[in-house]
Amino acid sequence: MRAAAPTLIAFAAALAAGIVLLLLVGAPPLEALWLLVEGSFGSASKISATLLAWSPLLLASAGLVVTFAAGLWNIGVEGQIVIGAVAATWVARSLPGPGWAVILAAIVAGAVGGLLWALLAGVLKTYGGVHEIFGGLGLDFVAAGLVIYLVLGPWQRTGVASTSGTDIFREEAWMPSFEALGTGWPIIPVALGLISVVVVWILLRGTRFGLRLKAVGRNPRSAALIGIPTNRYLLGAFAIGGALAGIAGTVQVTAFHHKLVPSVSGGYGFLGILVVLLASFSAVWVAPIALFFVAISVGSTQLDLRLGLDSAFGGVLQGLIVLFVMIGGAWSARRASGEHAARGEP
Amino acid sequence: MALEIRDIHKHFGPVRANDGITFTVEEGSLHGILGENGAGKSTLMKILSGFYEADSGEVVLDGDVLALRSPADAIATGIGMLHQDPLVFLPFTVLDNFALGSPGPVRLDRSTARGELERVSSELGFSFDPAMLARDLTVGERQQLEITRLIWLGAKVLIFDEPTTGISATQRIQLFATLEGLAEYGLIVLFVSHKLEEVEELCDSVTVIRRGKVVFEAAMPVAPEVLVEEMFGKVFIAEGREPAGLGDPVLRLESVSVEDGTTYLDALDLETAAGEVVGLAGLEGSGQRTLLRACAGLLTPTSGRVSVDGADVTRTSYRGHLAAGVHYLPAGRLEEGLVEGISITEHLVLASDERSFFVDWAAADAAAAQEIDDYSIKGRPASPAEALSGGNQQRLLLAMIPEDVRLLLLEHPTRGLDVESAAFVWKRLLERRADGTTILFASADLDELLSYSDRIVVFFGGSVFATRATASTDGEELGYLIGGKERV
Repeated sequence: MRAAAPTLIAFAAALAAGIVLLLLVGAPPLEALWLLVEGSFGSASKISATLLAWSPLLLASAGLVVTFAAGLWNIGVEGQIVIGAVAATWVARSLPGPGWAVILAAIVAGAVGGLLWALLAGVLKTYGGVHEIFGGLGLDFVAAGLVIYLVLGPWQRTGVASTSGTDIFREEAWMPSFEALGTGWPIIPVALGLISVVVVWILLRGTRFGLRLKAVGRNPRSAALIGIPTNRYLLGAFAIGGALAGIAGTVQVTAFHHKLVPSVSGGYGFLGILVVLLASFSAVWVAPIALFFVAISVGSTQLDLRLGLDSAFGGVLQGLIVLFVMIGGAWSARRASGEHAARGEP
Repeated sequence: MALEIRDIHKHFGPVRANDGITFTVEEGSLHGILGENGAGKSTLMKILSGFYEADSGEVVLDGDVLALRSPADAIATGIGMLHQDPLVFLPFTVLDNFALGSPGPVRLDRSTARGELERVSSELGFSFDPAMLARDLTVGERQQLEITRLIWLGAKVLIFDEPTTGISATQRIQLFATLEGLAEYGLIVLFVSHKLEEVEELCDSVTVIRRGKVVFEAAMPVAPEVLVEEMFGKVFIAEGREPAGLGDPVLRLESVSVEDGTTYLDALDLETAAGEVVGLAGLEGSGQRTLLRACAGLLTPTSGRVSVDGADVTRTSYRGHLAAGVHYLPAGRLEEGLVEGISITEHLVLASDERSFFVDWAAADAAAAQEIDDYSIKGRPASPAEALSGGNQQRLLLAMIPEDVRLLLLEHPTRGLDVESAAFVWKRLLERRADGTTILFASADLDELLSYSDRIVVFFGGSVFATRATASTDGEELGYLIGGKERV
């Protein structure tokens, strides 16, 4: 992060606002905050659950770092996760063979599914003149509709069709969870997530592709005049972002739900956008911020059980943090550039 | 009633756009404000109309010192500005455009506004259909609507900033009749232009601004050669320029027609030789930029043929032009040349033709340090583009030009640069010329055109008005040609 102090102040302000909210609804604030910590890291199984949720968020966020570097608001990331999950489900349901082969195929299928879905938004933008926010949003709805159709139609549960999802996959199509180590640990998903963050970091920092992508994102006109084929680079960013989101979808169906459900994305796409905003669009801070966010999400389920608070409080807290950090960032930028910029003068 | 402008100063960073401007305009007069691009006319008009606040100085109308802090202040105190593009909302009706921006309660009183529109427009001799959509009006009628609105709001001074841009000859005649009518009506009309002919035709008096200062004031008529000299200053010819050893033809345009927004170049022929420097003169928007962009492959000609070194590049993409050895340096250094937030090293890596997947940053930084030294750039390898001054940004852009360029297209290569940077830029460009590169550059600076060109092509109103060998012309003649007149 560029300036640590304003960010820390913003975090404190968000926390304070959260406490005020808790007081307003008559909940004991300290106990509630402690429950968030305990609910996410209080036992081995809770830590395992937190790590399992961390993985798809890491994958989606890593992909978003790439699309943001290209100056793109990849709102279609939710749909890309969903289509990745659909592709992985198709492999899990129809591909015979030993577990490792099915899982590997599911990962590849998820990546290809997410990639193609993202390219659709990319082609709409580069050749169709449709802004990626609108194209992506539209494709999110289409993907959500497709899953419901599949769950209620061709892939319906044996017996009666239900929005609770498809049949559970056969166990060969479950991502191994290494039960021998105790409660079971999501080693493969976490590895996929961390590797994706590192690869993206290297890609943007050390390669010609990354540098050109950054140039396209910051000033497409200059980039084009320098001789960079901007459309190709924008599509490249969509492809990478979509592939990583698609793998997040694979993780969701093969490691978490073990079936395809309508809410398969888990909202990790949109949450990923918040994570990357907080990380100032850099891969360096994505991993810790994503962990912090999923900890709030996972931990907040405890609020419901123990304090009778709605678990949505976790989302409120996440939103507050992002808002305050954005306000803090805008405020320090305004101070740095002085009065003139604020008034729109040269 | 008189408008007095007293010692107005306004600077942007080190640039003194207005450096003590003082003059007075009497009631009922049509007053011309002349000056070349960048002389400070627009800044002064923006101060009068409240878009900028002056650093010091006063604007006095009818004995009152005006407090101009916003466009709303300006119109409230009686100064109305007509912009080059009339501020008309095209999807709105004539009536809604008229009523828009009127002071008063929140409720839009359309029936009163309708009556007022009829009253004011008939006084001025205009007629409108209030229900008509603004998009169906001609540009001239949009100007009339805007005038009507400003007068209704109480304007006593009307400023017209280059009002003849983009309107037809008939509309121009109509506009001039309107302006004369407004002056007779008792208003003060300021007519801002860089077109000599129009000021000669229309104005009662004139003020010439050059480099932020008033250099000349007189009642019209004034001999045009006097105005030319006042606008551009004395032009000195630089001495000792090497005559170019011209080589084979490089760029050849054969009756090329090309369109760029409102600018249209028709059936242009041009041939340049290796090692030749061709200057493109003319007022902004006369077609020079269109020509450069067509040669760069950014605009595709609608007809005709463009070739570089004998190879037809008429339909070739921009990147194809790059491969053919064409390099374009636009005027907007941070808008179309460099990328904000990206360092000098990164720019040089972007511009290099290396293809390795990973970038060796240590080597790239070392190479950048070398270029910084070679081009005397004031900055470090890690300095982002926006931290560099204009001169240093231009040096960086020069450093980014590949070695084997055949045709260099430059738009205002030294605009905004100090003398030292400008001289440096030209030293480097002339070195390129010695290697056989052809240079085509657009400039508003007569000195620059006369000092460095072998040939000067003058554009006026979207076509080539005249072509002169530099040796056979001078600054005075260029001033005429740029204003669209032959020297008599």
